Amino acid sequence: MSIKLEHIHYIYEADTAFPVHATDDVSLEIQDGEFIALIGHTGSGKSTLIQHMNGLIRPTSGVIYYNGKNIADEDFSMKELRSKVGLVFQYPEHQLFEIDVFADVCFGPKNLGLPKEEIEQRAKDALKMVGMDESYYTQSPFELSGGQKRRVAIAGVLAMKPEVLILDEPTAGLDPRGRDEILDQIAELHKKSHMTIILVSHSMEDVARYAQRLIVMNKGKVVFDAAPAEVFRQYKQLEAIGLAAPQVTYIAHALKEHGFEINTDVTTIEEAKQEILHAWRKRGC
Amino acid sequence: MLRDITIGQYYAVESRIHRLDPRVKLMGTLIYIISLFIAKGIVGYVVAGLFLGVIIRISKVPLRYMMRGLKSIIFILLLSVSFNIFLTEGTVLVQIGFLHITKEGLILAAWMAVRLVFLILGSTVMTLTTTPNNLTDGLEKGLGFLKKIHVPVHEMSMMMSIALRFIPILIEETDKIMKAQMARGADFETGTIIQKVKAMVPLLVPLFVSAFRRASDLAMAMEARCYHGGEGRTKMKPLCYRKQDLAAYSILVLYLVSVVVLRFI
Repeated sequence: MSIKLEHIHYIYEADTAFPVHATDDVSLEIQDGEFIALIGHTGSGKSTLIQHMNGLIRPTSGVIYYNGKNIADEDFSMKELRSKVGLVFQYPEHQLFEIDVFADVCFGPKNLGLPKEEIEQRAKDALKMVGMDESYYTQSPFELSGGQKRRVAIAGVLAMKPEVLILDEPTAGLDPRGRDEILDQIAELHKKSHMTIILVSHSMEDVARYAQRLIVMNKGKVVFDAAPAEVFRQYKQLEAIGLAAPQVTYIAHALKEHGFEINTDVTTIEEAKQEILHAWRKRGC
Repeated sequence: MLRDITIGQYYAVESRIHRLDPRVKLMGTLIYIISLFIAKGIVGYVVAGLFLGVIIRISKVPLRYMMRGLKSIIFILLLSVSFNIFLTEGTVLVQIGFLHITKEGLILAAWMAVRLVFLILGSTVMTLTTTPNNLTDGLEKGLGFLKKIHVPVHEMSMMMSIALRFIPILIEETDKIMKAQMARGADFETGTIIQKVKAMVPLLVPLFVSAFRRASDLAMAMEARCYHGGEGRTKMKPLCYRKQDLAAYSILVLYLVSVVVLRFI
């Protein structure tokens, strides 16, 4: 089970005075069960790239394979692809429309043409996964708080039981608590249901904490594709394209410059704490 | 498909037409529309077509881009053409059941189609070469005399500029919501007409919600900046006529006169 992109180019407004090269020769392979973070600043082509992965936009040139099958083939079922590769857009709460929470979450599985019991079971499971209990089922989605709306919207995609879950900045505009809750739930989905996760994010701290693989995009091109620690080692290049490494990476580098023997590959606060304590003890005072 | 609506979308290039005073362009569009209804016979329409062609050429907006705006009126075009073909009395050419095609009907339909296409292209030229802000400034100043009889010109032009400004935003929003629902398996393309209408609900509800949200945010932002209507409000770039604007007026008058003359000779 994998998604494979080969030489994907996508050009917006190709026939006008201002064509925009949104993705420029992107080749990637996404394996089963990976937790990938996709970063890059605004306009780097992240959102365009992820929309290719479930066939919402067709590349100007290049081929996309899902489980070895070309998704541009005529006998390929887009419906099936979209149920297997769930895409949660930025501000997904803007897509809510039903009269109550439960009905909205049912929309996805209903479109798959499943029997009624199955639809309801899936909706219940999905709402449970995002931590919304039964007391919310009959509420109007428009009366919920921002964080709750977003969770309902994510549940709407989860109810389709995707094997790959792509989230475009799921924490944008949320308070720190809402952010941590959503990210922890996503991490749990990855751990418990072995879902492949692709997380588009701006926060290096979040990326460092959760992702196993980090893809960095700049001007439509993939610049880095490696483990987070490895990418953050190149923090100077990251800065050159308007990004940065987690704060603890900077602290570790600064300590090293001041003569501490410290591993500069730390990316999370917990790791940094261990390393700093270790270096301090080694100094013997 | 939604990106095909070109009305209300500014096409940013530098050209003589772009630089004209918006009042000239508004007046020009009005004169052009009037001329289309005055014009008669092949010569009249050839003149109108040539005039439009030259304007489009000078405006540097690719013709192909402009034609995209026509796609949205194809339905109206076909409807009015077929009404004209089948419902005009005259010399019957073909008779199919109760429907009959007349010579007069065909001629009328052809003129109708040409007129409609020119009309849409003519007004598209204006919106493509004038920023919405400029356009409403032009309207406000051009219609300023109506203030004397207490017509709220400023308020109306402000509403219009906001409406125009929102068209591309709402198109983008529709595109986004459509994709989000498609990601949840929604199908907007196949099915019977009833199914298609039903499929619009997941699109329209969020769209209306977001339109209201945006409108309320905008109202708040305007109030926060002490907006209180047109009274005593000055412009950053006040409109004033320059030489080329007067030249453009002369050309317009010449054009109108020649169309009128061509009709009566």
